Amino acid sequence: MKEEMLADVVVYKKDDSFIGKLIKQSAWVFMSLPFVVYIIMFRYVPIGGWVMALQNYWPGKNIFQKQWVGFDNFKMLFEDPVFFQVLRNTVAISAIKLFSGMFFSILLALILNEVRNLKFKRITQTISYLPYFISWVVAANLVLNVLSIDGGIVNEVLLALRIIDEPIMFMGIPKLFWWIAGASHVRKEVGWGAIVYLAAMTSINPNLYEAATIDGASRLQRIKYITLPGIKSVVVLVLIMNIGQLLNAGFEQVYLMSNGRVIEYARIFELFELDFGLKMFRYSFAAAAGIFKSVVSIVLVFSANLLAKLLGQERLV
Amino acid sequence: MLLKRRSLEDILLDTFVYVSLIFLIIVTLYPFLNTIAVSFNEGLDSIKGGIYLWPRKFTTFNYRSLLGRQQIYHAAWISLMRTVLSVVFGVLSTAIVAYTLSRKEFIFRKFISVLVIVTMYINGGLIPTYFVYRAYGLTGSFWVYVWPAILHAFNVIIVRTYIEGLPDSLIESARIDGAGEIRIFLRIIIPLCMPVLAVVALFTAVAAWNAWFDVFLYNPSSPKLSTLAYELQKVLQSAQAMSASMEQAMSRAAAGTGEVTPRAIRATMTVIVTVPIAVVYPFLQKYFVHGLTLGGVKE
Repeated sequence: MKEEMLADVVVYKKDDSFIGKLIKQSAWVFMSLPFVVYIIMFRYVPIGGWVMALQNYWPGKNIFQKQWVGFDNFKMLFEDPVFFQVLRNTVAISAIKLFSGMFFSILLALILNEVRNLKFKRITQTISYLPYFISWVVAANLVLNVLSIDGGIVNEVLLALRIIDEPIMFMGIPKLFWWIAGASHVRKEVGWGAIVYLAAMTSINPNLYEAATIDGASRLQRIKYITLPGIKSVVVLVLIMNIGQLLNAGFEQVYLMSNGRVIEYARIFELFELDFGLKMFRYSFAAAAGIFKSVVSIVLVFSANLLAKLLGQERLV
Repeated sequence: MLLKRRSLEDILLDTFVYVSLIFLIIVTLYPFLNTIAVSFNEGLDSIKGGIYLWPRKFTTFNYRSLLGRQQIYHAAWISLMRTVLSVVFGVLSTAIVAYTLSRKEFIFRKFISVLVIVTMYINGGLIPTYFVYRAYGLTGSFWVYVWPAILHAFNVIIVRTYIEGLPDSLIESARIDGAGEIRIFLRIIIPLCMPVLAVVALFTAVAAWNAWFDVFLYNPSSPKLSTLAYELQKVLQSAQAMSASMEQAMSRAAAGTGEVTPRAIRATMTVIVTVPIAVVYPFLQKYFVHGLTLGGVKE
């Protein structure tokens, strides 16, 4: 009897070693192994490709023929005036999108929360998510149609109201591009963005509203003193999470909506990489711009994480 | 009982609520409805403007003409294949990785978790990724649409969190009954994870169906590998390069030779590409709202 127990203990101990565990968990190891290889091949090897920014990369040459140039590409990048234009446009477009997107999503959530006709509320919500699932190819085209100078509805309405005398070519005004990008982003994502705030509103204790009503609070006062404070933590969380995205201005949208006339206000990092890299064959130079963007984004993510911790929020990463 | 009287504030607030929601509905739906109307209107008539919600000179010519082109069917087939394969491989691989990462005793749990999560924040970027895929022989190939898309860190985390929420006793009792790991995964984990896997499938499918940039980047010179989304993108980009007078001239020339006008092609292609999503959308709606709340509970 005693010996048997002892044997059990020995077996247990043997099982606890790394090799023992490896054998015992071999099924899990075999299940995950192909995906570890996959992740390294498809996600990490391209990061390893960053070394090309330190070279004068030309495809086709083998690795020994590569010419190492140190940080020359970065030096050139920071001396290029177009680079600062790119940085300005990227930050401006994404900041406009972030703040207007959040503002209108919160507003929509507050409005939907005031609708008492549940059927109308559900239908409106369903319609409001729809554009989120339609590609930017379609969305950008719809925006261009609506703003077009021949027969676009915006120009027609403005003409009919006699606000303007002749149609305005909205997509040809450089300074307007940031705001059109922001507005079309809001149109596409406002309904989807509102979901998270609506979810936060449903978790507010209904007793608070009842008590406030008995105390004579009006609906606006209830929104101001109960609903808004109730979703404050979610708003802060969404804001922090998006700080890491400040250099992501939304490549597809900007690429599809921009044109030669507005390029000075539309050229963001990815457009810069495409134009200089794949069109002008300055691969290493363009890669350096991409790396700059990635590195700054990582710094932003970790700063946001630190900020979240300081504010007593959950960890994000 | 107190007399219930609607105050002025109440009336104003309700008016504001309904007016702004109706405005939202119009802004969301009008461009789509207008595009549908233009797609059913005679091309040469459309360039005069003034088409709103209903075609003025009704015709199915635009559809008959576009759907008579072989290229459309081929592109639709490629779009469908990439969507189906991305969903099948994507859901399966996400489930497998998420399951192994949900096992607390798994010796590589920490290592693989870090490996996965880092990819959420760092990627190679456009140019290095392009050359690496080219070195793999993925350029000029159909598989460049599928392989890069099958495993996304965010999906893995959602599914892992979901599996961690399942009662351990289910798996334990299966193990006591002698079920192997593969059997547990296929017979217990997969069926229990259906709701969250449906969300992953939906997002993967929408992304695959809508994708055009990878076609543009990796396969620009292989018409056989073009997709519907890319065909639409080409039509729209060429339209943007055109001035209004050029477009009118082209429309007249097209109408003269019995072709579809550029504006009609644009509208009709937009409808053809969007309809599949609009059709499945109402059925899947309940899943993705659920999915977003799942995303919200991630650590």
